[in-house]
Order: sequence, then structure tokens, then C-alpha cells
Amino acid sequence: MNVQTPPDKLTAKDFASDQEVRWCPGCGDYAILKSMHKALADMGASPEKTVFVSGIGCSSRFPYYMATYGFHTIHGRAPAVATGVKLAQPDLDVWVVTGDGDALSIGGNHLFHALRRNVDLNILLFNNEIYGLTKGQYSPTSRIGLKSPSTPMGSLDSPAQPCVFALGCNARFIARGIDVQAKELGELFSRARAHKGASFVELIQNCIVYNDGVFDGFTAKDVAAEMQLHVKHGQPMIYGKERNKGLRLNVQALQIEAVVIGENGITEKDLLVHDEKNRVLAGMLSALRSPLFPEVLGVIYCDPATSYDSAVAAQDALARAKGPGDLDKLMRAGNTWSVT
Amino acid sequence: MNLQTNPNKGAPSGAAVAKADVDSIVVRFAGDSGDGVQLLGHQFSQETALAGNSLATFPDFPAEIRAPTGTTYGVSAFQINFGSRVVKTAGDQPDVLVALNPAALAVNHKGLRKGGLVILDSGAFKERDIKRAGFDVDPRTDGTLKDFRVMEIDISKMALEVAKPFGLSQKEALRAKNLWVLGLVSWMYDRETNSTLDYIARKFGVDDPIAKANVAALKAGHAYGETHELAGDVAPVQMPSVKFEPGTYRLVSGADALAWGLVAGAQLAGLEAVLASYPITPSSPVLHILAKLKQFGITTFQAEDEIAACCAAIGASYAGKLGITASSGPGIALKTEAIGLAIGTELPLVVVNTQRAGPSTGLPTKTEQSDLFLAVWGRNADAPIPVIAACSPGDCFNVAIEAVRLATKYMTPVMILSDGYIANAAEPWRIPSMADYAPFKVEFRTDPEGFHPFLRDPKTLARVWAKPGTPGLMHRIGGIEKDYNSGNISYDASNHQKMTDTRAAKINNIANDIPEQGVEVGETKGKVAVVGWGSTFGPINRAVTNARAQGLDVSHIHIRHIWPLPRNLGQLLKNYEKVLVAEMNNGQMLTLLKSQYLLDAKALLKVSGQPLKISEVESAIRSVLAS
Repeated sequence: MNVQTPPDKLTAKDFASDQEVRWCPGCGDYAILKSMHKALADMGASPEKTVFVSGIGCSSRFPYYMATYGFHTIHGRAPAVATGVKLAQPDLDVWVVTGDGDALSIGGNHLFHALRRNVDLNILLFNNEIYGLTKGQYSPTSRIGLKSPSTPMGSLDSPAQPCVFALGCNARFIARGIDVQAKELGELFSRARAHKGASFVELIQNCIVYNDGVFDGFTAKDVAAEMQLHVKHGQPMIYGKERNKGLRLNVQALQIEAVVIGENGITEKDLLVHDEKNRVLAGMLSALRSPLFPEVLGVIYCDPATSYDSAVAAQDALARAKGPGDLDKLMRAGNTWSVT
Repeated sequence: MNLQTNPNKGAPSGAAVAKADVDSIVVRFAGDSGDGVQLLGHQFSQETALAGNSLATFPDFPAEIRAPTGTTYGVSAFQINFGSRVVKTAGDQPDVLVALNPAALAVNHKGLRKGGLVILDSGAFKERDIKRAGFDVDPRTDGTLKDFRVMEIDISKMALEVAKPFGLSQKEALRAKNLWVLGLVSWMYDRETNSTLDYIARKFGVDDPIAKANVAALKAGHAYGETHELAGDVAPVQMPSVKFEPGTYRLVSGADALAWGLVAGAQLAGLEAVLASYPITPSSPVLHILAKLKQFGITTFQAEDEIAACCAAIGASYAGKLGITASSGPGIALKTEAIGLAIGTELPLVVVNTQRAGPSTGLPTKTEQSDLFLAVWGRNADAPIPVIAACSPGDCFNVAIEAVRLATKYMTPVMILSDGYIANAAEPWRIPSMADYAPFKVEFRTDPEGFHPFLRDPKTLARVWAKPGTPGLMHRIGGIEKDYNSGNISYDASNHQKMTDTRAAKINNIANDIPEQGVEVGETKGKVAVVGWGSTFGPINRAVTNARAQGLDVSHIHIRHIWPLPRNLGQLLKNYEKVLVAEMNNGQMLTLLKSQYLLDAKALLKVSGQPLKISEVESAIRSVLAS
């Protein structure tokens, strides 16, 4: 999307609809919504050129709270609806809001294909590792052993890792953020919007009712600095309260190690430097999980390629370059005969 | 209907053979699925159409692309009925069967008219082939064919002989068999082969060895007819052309007419369109045809599945283009939830259902009309949509236009019911002129004054259509119930009642915007009305015409608007003592009519994957009259 400055600069408030927000008090969705209102104002987005498309679930109520165009669709299908919107009007700025159940369970197929095709959508996956709206069943991102109404003895199946999945789908933009980190989210939203093609953003989001504190191991204030690595293109991968921890590549094992600067002769020069265009590195970073590693946040991967919708528009334009079709002529082509 | 007996049997050349007039003939070509039978049938139809005859075709092929050679389940057939009177069906019984191998004979000889002609490729009747077709003994010697006249020709050998000199392999040369047969039947029925020669040149280029071999085979087959002393009683038949209404004609398949009708509808609505589909038999041709028509403002999208296809079409409609999705029964079932979304959000959407035999995968290449319940009632909750059925290949054009008109005027999904028979069959079609159609241009909402997304036109009850990108009209829609007065989400009980009533009233009201039900043949009252819908038009129409010629009091009513039904239909049906519903399902229209009009209707129901026969309808009429 072109960044346009509307005649009167809009504020965050201008992007909030008049509808009462109906999430549970304390839900992480509030913070994300607020960050989005502000980010769109900061980016100079135009409300009439912006569309939010969602599926079903708590997060999918998001469009109702935006003063933009919005379409609350059906369970899992938001990427498909959004693809149709983009095919019809490639110039629109189209956001998809979805959750871990919506995007990775019932809608896994559509997410896969939207990413693979590289449709110019900004896809925000609110990951709270639970089904909230249906009252607390385990989700495809829930950790093994989670006791829920549908898994009273603990869940048995291995969780999906959203960013790993996205990379496997050949997504060209993958980022990760935490619901309450407003400043970082603003940057991620801005980057996602600027990226042509499918932008995939996993948002770590706390469900205060059914899965409260599930991310505390890396989001709680006392551990956040030690357990979060905010990557930046061209910057060494350093984290920790003392900024003395980092990631380096063990070449022999072909895997990433968490190290401490100053221990065993390690210096900053030994650390990995983030390269957004490095797909192999993106794969490694996406798979890191706390507590053995810090959780990686920020833009993990960004390597633009032609978006599907722009390629479709180009093909359509090529076909139309010879002038508009003449239906009367088309129907009379080939073998015809006259009766008088 | 009879092939004329050659009085000059043994005459040295075709010139000496007498010609006679017959009013219609049914020819069935059958062979292995790799024998090119469909091409043979299509080209013969083309030649026949250009000769000015009326015709109807019935391609009848297996689901397998290339089943093992020589098996009965790999037999592909193409039936054509052509005549000097108006032909309405592909014919009950073939007069002539061309069987290119024993399996083709095994599958098809029982349907042949007694006294009919069988033309066999004797070169394909080796012992192994005969056994593989399930015959214990050679059917040519054990009396299997005693009711027919049989002409054995070693077509394989002759095709090989003429094709080989062009440097083709044995396998490639044998593929010219279909053209050899086309040459022979073109001679038999006095057809010009120019359109086939043009086709070959277009397809392969004049200098291609395959093209040359095909041309040689075509000419050799023709020459064979002219010069041989034929063993069977075969002579060229001359069939006068039919008196059609003046105009320019072409052959058209249901898939072509449907695709062009969608283009025409979009043009009349002043919209560009997005067709989103997922491949499925027998619906895929609609996607293939429209994919080549991008210059008409049509964007096509092969989605990852049926659900995505429907959703993408809905997304396109939300964004202000005409969303279209096309599929067949199993695919439509998958789209059901999404269609509900388009109903709830009141967006235009055209859903094409080219029905096939089911349930589940069923018989993918065979025809049936068993998705009527799915179309009318097959969704969760109270979710009415208009449903329109096409009754012939050419009729698909007008039905598609009507579907676009209703979808855009009433902001609703509309389902078109076609079927495998209509989609694949071809008929002569008077090509319409776009200038004869009145436009129904869509007006998008642009005025922010007093806007909300569920503001309704007081007359049609259609909501406003405001597309993203329009300043000042930002709005949210979705599957949750909307407040009648603001369009915002609402869980209010009385509001839900009002919205449900409004959605129903909007669709019911369409009955006032469609033609009253007419009578195709016969009177508006009497003893018996035969009621049909969709592709059974031909056999019902002919059967009723025949019955009336015999003095029976029977009329034909054919329903195009399946939902809502025409406003006068209930009254009309009450004017007859008996109503006979003839359809290719287990009683779906029958149930619909009973539910709406409390009729005591009788039924002729058939689900064999084959079209209704005229004779079946005729005998059903007789038994209803006798009851």
C-alpha cells in the first residue's frame, strides 16, 4: 500500500468504531486492538482503503471494532474470503485477523494456500493456545498434556508452531510479537503492511479466562529480558537483562546454541547476526522455544517476491490489452450457419 | 426411423445407390476411452448441424481417463439423434451402433433397436479382446446379434494402411480409426467433411504427419462407403434440413452457453466478475472456458478447495465485483456454509451446480437431478435462495443471465441447476444478440448520508451494496445476526425474527418478478399434466406431443424457477385431474410440489445415470391415465 497522508491527519481514535468491545476484561486482544488503531493512524492509512477480514473465534470479532471496512466471515475461511477481496480490488489494504484454532485447525488449508500463493494480505494470528469462544478446549498450539474440557486427562497431540508452519508454506514475511508490547507491535504492523505479498504475524496473546499465564515463562516482567530475543536485521542476536546473552551457530551440529558473552571465551563477534533474507536462519529461529532458548520476536523473515494478486492483475491486463471482449463476436466464432 | 434397405445390394459404386428420406436417425459410437469416440461424435454433430438438421447429442463416458484397454468399464460412447424434424432428445434407441471393440459391443448392443445396424471393427475382435469384454464365445457367431444387421469391417487394418505412410508408429496410426469411421458415416448420411478438415488443420497444422494421416483416414472411410460392396444394408441417406427460425446458428454445449451467459449477465449488470472454482466433473469446463475470457473483465481463480472457491467469490462480491462459483453436487455440499454467509450478509453470488449422480462420489460422469433438495433446502437454518434450472444446453445462456439479474437486484446468492447431460450435450442454437437484452445495471451506494449497510430498498427489500474503497461508507458485515435498523450485530430475539422474516420475504417476493408458469405443450387444464424441470424437457416434450397426437388429454409443464416457484403454479396444477412429475431423482420436485400445494401427484422417477427416454414418459402417461 502507498503510504498516503490524508488531508487531516487521523488519530488512533479515528480507527476505532462506535461498537462496544465485548472481549473479557483483561484479554490480550484489547492491547492488540489499541496498537492497531494507533499503528494505522501513524502509518497514515486511509480507513476507506483498509479492510479487516476475520474468521470465527474471539480474535475474529476484531473487524467490528475497526472504523474501516470489515468482514467477519466463517470459521477458518478468512484467508479465502480475503483472497477474493484482493482479486477484486488489488489496491485495498487487506488484513486477516485469525486465531490458533481458526487459522491452524479448521482453516489450516486456507492459511497454507494464502501464504504459498503470496497473496498481498497482512495475516495476524492471535495465538493463545486455547479455544476461548467455545469455552476452553485445547487448540492445535496447546502444549501436550493440557487439561481442558475435551481433554480431561491431558491433551496428547503435538502442537503446531505457527511461524515454522508459515515458513513451510513458503511465506515471504514472518514476524512475531506479544500482545502487550505496543511499540513493537506498531513496528511489526507497519512492516507487515509495507511488505508486498503475504505477511504472517504471530501474536502471542494471553487468554485471561481459559489459559491465563500460559506464556508467563517468557512474558512475565521478571523473566522477559532473559527469555525474549528481539531480532533486528543486521544486528547481533543479543538478549538478557545484562545484554550478555546471545545465540551462535554450532556449525558441527548445525544448530543454534544459547551462549553467554564472556564465558568460554565468547565475544559478541561469535554471535549470529540477523539476516531477514536468510530462510535457513529463519527456520532455526522460528523453532526455538523457551525455556531452553529465548523466544524470538520481531521480523524473523522478510524476502519479498511477486504477490499473487499483482500477477493475476498483470495477466488480466495483458488479456485486456487487445481491447475489451466482444461477446457477439465470440459467440459467432467457429462453425456457424444462417437460416433465412 | 428406419434405415432404408439397399435395393441395389452389390452395386459397384455409391453412385448407383438410391437415396431415401427418413425423418430422424439415432447413431451411437462406442469404443475404448482412448479411441477418440467423443471427438468422432463431436465432429459428426458439427457436420450434421451444418447440414441443417436438428440434433441432440449425449456424450456418455466413464470417469476413468484411460481405463485398461478393452474393458467394459472403459467404454466411451457418444450418441446423436438427428433429423429433418425438430429433435428434442438424443434418442431412446440407437438405429446404428458403431462398436470399435468387443467391449463397446458388449455394453451397447442391448440398447439397439431391433433390426438396427451394427458396424464392427473386426480387426479389434481377437480372441483375447472378446474374452476381456466378458463374452465366452465370439458374439458374432453365437446369435447374440441375431436381431440386428451386422456389418464387419476391419477398420483397424484400414486405418493402419492409410496412416502408416506418414511415418507414424503403429499406435499412432491406429488412432486414426475414429476419423476413418467419421469418413464412413459422413458418406452414409451425406455429410460434408469440410468442417472436420478445418478442425484437423487448426489442431495439428496442415503439414503435421498426424494431420495428414487423419485426413487420409477420413477420406479413406468416405471412399470405402462410396466404392465397396457393403455386407450390410447400408446406403447413404439424405435428410432434408429442418425449418429453423431465421437467424445465425451454431452448435452449443451447456458448458459454453452457461459460461457465455455469465459473461453476458455481468455485462448487463455493468460489473466485472470473479469466478472462483475447484476442479470437479462435470463442472470444470465452466472454469476452463471463463479462464480464456479475461478480456471480458472476468478474473478466474482455481482455489485450493470448494469452500475456498465459494469464499473467494463472496470476498469478490463484498469488494464490488460479481462473485461466481461453479461446481457439482459434492462440491456444492462443501460450499453450503459459505452460501449461508452470503445469505446472512446479503451479498450477490452466483452458484452453478452441474449435477451428477450421487450420493457421495456416485457416478461422476453420469447425469442426475438429485440436488434439488440441496439447492432449495440444503443449508443450516432458514436460508432461502432463488434456484433456477436450465432445460437444455442453449437455455443455459438465458438462465445464467437471469441468475445474475436476480443475484444483483436482490443481493442474494442464486443457484443455477444444470446437469452432466446438459453440460456435455450439444444442440443447434440460434445465437442471440446482446442488443436484444435489457441491461440491469447495478448502482453502488456512494452517498454517506443516512447510510448503514442494511438499508433496504422498500420494494425489493435488497440491502445497499457499498464497496470497500468508497469514502465515508466504511462498515462491517458478518455472519452474526444484524440489527434491522443499523446493521450492527444484534442478539435481540425480536430482531432475529424480523430479519428472518425479511430474508424470507425478499426471496418470496421474487415470485412477482419472474414470469408466470406457462404450458409447453397442451392446455391449461385437462386430465393430465406432466411436470418436469431441467434436462428432462426433451423427452417429456416429445412424449406429450406424441401422446396428444394419439388423442390423449395430456399437457407438458416445465418449471424453470424452482424457488421461488411461479406465483400461478399452484392454481395451474389444480386445473388438471392428475399431475405426473417426471424427474431423474427419487422424488424431489414431487416432494417440493406436494409440500407447497398439497397435491396428490404421481411420479416417474429414474436414477440410472441415463437421461429419461421418450418411451418411458409415454408409458407413464398411459398408466396415469389408466389409474
